[in-house]
Amino acid sequence: MSDCVAKTITDKEFFYGHKACAGCGGSIATRLVMKVLGERTFTVVPAGCMSAVGFMYPQLCFANNALISTFAGTASMMSGIAAGAKALGLQDFHVVGIAGDGGTADIGLQALSGAIDRRDRVIYICYDNEAYMNTGIQKSSLTPFGARTTTSPAGKRIRGSQTQKKNMFEIVAAHGIDYAATASVGYIHDLLHKVNKAKSVDGTSYIHVFAPCPTGWGTSSDSAIDIGKEVVDCGLWYLAEWEDGEFILNRNPKEFASVRDYLSSQGRFRHLLDGDVEQIIQERDRKWAAIRRSWRIEARELSER
Amino acid sequence: MPVEKAFVSGNEAVALGVRLARPHVISAYPITPQTTVVERLSEMVEDGSLKAEFMYVESEHSALSACMGASSIGARTFTATSSQGLLYMAECLHYASGGRFPIVMMNANRSLALPWSIYGDQRDSLSLLDCGWIQVYVEDAQESLDMVLQSYAIAENGKVLTPVMQNLDGFALTHTYETVEVPTSEQADAFLPPFETPYKLDLDKPKNMAFSTGPADNMEFKYQQHKAVLDAVKVISEVDESFYIHFGRRYGGMTEAYRCDDAEMVMVTLGSITGTCRAVVDELRVEGWKAGLLKIRFMRPFPEKEIMDLSTHVRAIGVIDKDISFGYEGTIFTNVNSALSKARTGVYALDFIAGLGGRDISRQDIRKMFGHLKDGLQGIELNRVRFINIGVAI
Repeated sequence: MSDCVAKTITDKEFFYGHKACAGCGGSIATRLVMKVLGERTFTVVPAGCMSAVGFMYPQLCFANNALISTFAGTASMMSGIAAGAKALGLQDFHVVGIAGDGGTADIGLQALSGAIDRRDRVIYICYDNEAYMNTGIQKSSLTPFGARTTTSPAGKRIRGSQTQKKNMFEIVAAHGIDYAATASVGYIHDLLHKVNKAKSVDGTSYIHVFAPCPTGWGTSSDSAIDIGKEVVDCGLWYLAEWEDGEFILNRNPKEFASVRDYLSSQGRFRHLLDGDVEQIIQERDRKWAAIRRSWRIEARELSER
Repeated sequence: MPVEKAFVSGNEAVALGVRLARPHVISAYPITPQTTVVERLSEMVEDGSLKAEFMYVESEHSALSACMGASSIGARTFTATSSQGLLYMAECLHYASGGRFPIVMMNANRSLALPWSIYGDQRDSLSLLDCGWIQVYVEDAQESLDMVLQSYAIAENGKVLTPVMQNLDGFALTHTYETVEVPTSEQADAFLPPFETPYKLDLDKPKNMAFSTGPADNMEFKYQQHKAVLDAVKVISEVDESFYIHFGRRYGGMTEAYRCDDAEMVMVTLGSITGTCRAVVDELRVEGWKAGLLKIRFMRPFPEKEIMDLSTHVRAIGVIDKDISFGYEGTIFTNVNSALSKARTGVYALDFIAGLGGRDISRQDIRKMFGHLKDGLQGIELNRVRFINIGVAI
């Protein structure tokens, strides 16, 4: 099976007619993932942005088989479909779950852990827009340090979220998952490549996609792709894989772009003081030192060839 | 052909019934006193006598969520739980009935924390009466086995398409051994054909299911759900009749009346306490009391008609509630009283709260209950809600 790359990607839409906000990174991720996986796919979307914008009867926006799961039950419902399909003898299909950061790292973490433990043949996509956006921008455990949300307001005493992002990529890797990767809607070719890989994994795969939310982040509606690039270029996100029991870094910038520029372009970070920015940079450097020390570095061309 | 018999517990009888029903997917999380059901099922999968995907899930929420996933593509599914586990999957209970997934689940009736108690009462399932599931309560091991097959036939009926919760009293039934007749797989297959439905995710005809609705559509879906459970009344009786034709046993559908025809006083029961109550009715009959027993089998749909009919020819009805809706009365009593008020027959009724947290309900206790009914009929003023065999002054 040839890879679905940006040049050969299908014109066919599987997530179409939805009511996502203009410039929604989550819907870009969903649309692209479905283009790679194709029509013989069972898609599970939990309560959250993608179900709220795509599943309002009678306007149902998936062209393939799809259903909403409970908020906590993305992975368990996918596993049930995979088990049922096996028992019924279905051939040549994919089961994918597409959940947000809260649905993955908070309420859905237990079920995801169970699915990975069972090595169920399912693909789990986390579109990470770094807060509970559907309910109105509340802090999740994937909200980055300093970000203002409606439950981590930026005031004099507390300046936004006071916790670091939970490290979902390494949490799923620690399960011994068959395949895991990080990606960003800013690097589409890399995302497509990783979904292609996940398709052929005989077991569970997990892809954590950075997906900007203009509405929640205070950015313009044409900014999601640019911000998705900048976050990788400035080192606050990284593109990596976990395969055959080792971590692989896919992009290793010689010099990082400016963290200050990345933060100052987004309303959610505008209140940060110099000291806060310094703290974010220090945390980035600590993480990258650890990555460069212990992960295999296999930087590859990330733009379209 | 000689009938195969087995000496099994209530839980094991359920497992035998499940094997005969040939589910595609079984998912379950252990909780006392449900565990031996899934232990036996996993052994059946291991020895090849049951060809099903056995899913080790990490919680009850996931157990039912996985059943919904499998059911959405047309697979037959089974899970089992109890008490805290049933409550942990409460969100999924409403989800499964709203999604019209015809899942069959066994619940081992057990008390709810706090205080922690692994022993039996019926507060777990009765507190979830409104979750849209059909609820059946069985009395003994044979009924436990037989009702698994009947439950699938009811749940999967095109007019019903609603999940069924089959309740067994924890320990009193789940762990008590009895001899049961085990149907052959040929007999079971003839009674329960494979599940076929057009309402499923289908690779050739893709669908979006389990969606959202706005206020303009939601009530219509809820009405259809209500109607399906009401329509189940007729289906329950048809399935029982078909079961009789195939296996020579029947259970009476919504209720089973025992010595009610000429009774003046009838005790209403749910689940395994029925056996003890039946023995008391026999004793009292010998002593000249006109006593009877109505075993409620289904709490949803509710046997309103049977209770209204009963009220036309009895003078007093007692209800044994192994549950309590704190600050009011027992839940079975509330439901029975609703039917009585519609009948407008003025039957005297008392609620007996008993057996909470596994406290024994003895023959003497039930004799006392009949005594209270007699006192009430003779004009003695009594509290309508009475705690039986309680160790504190009330």
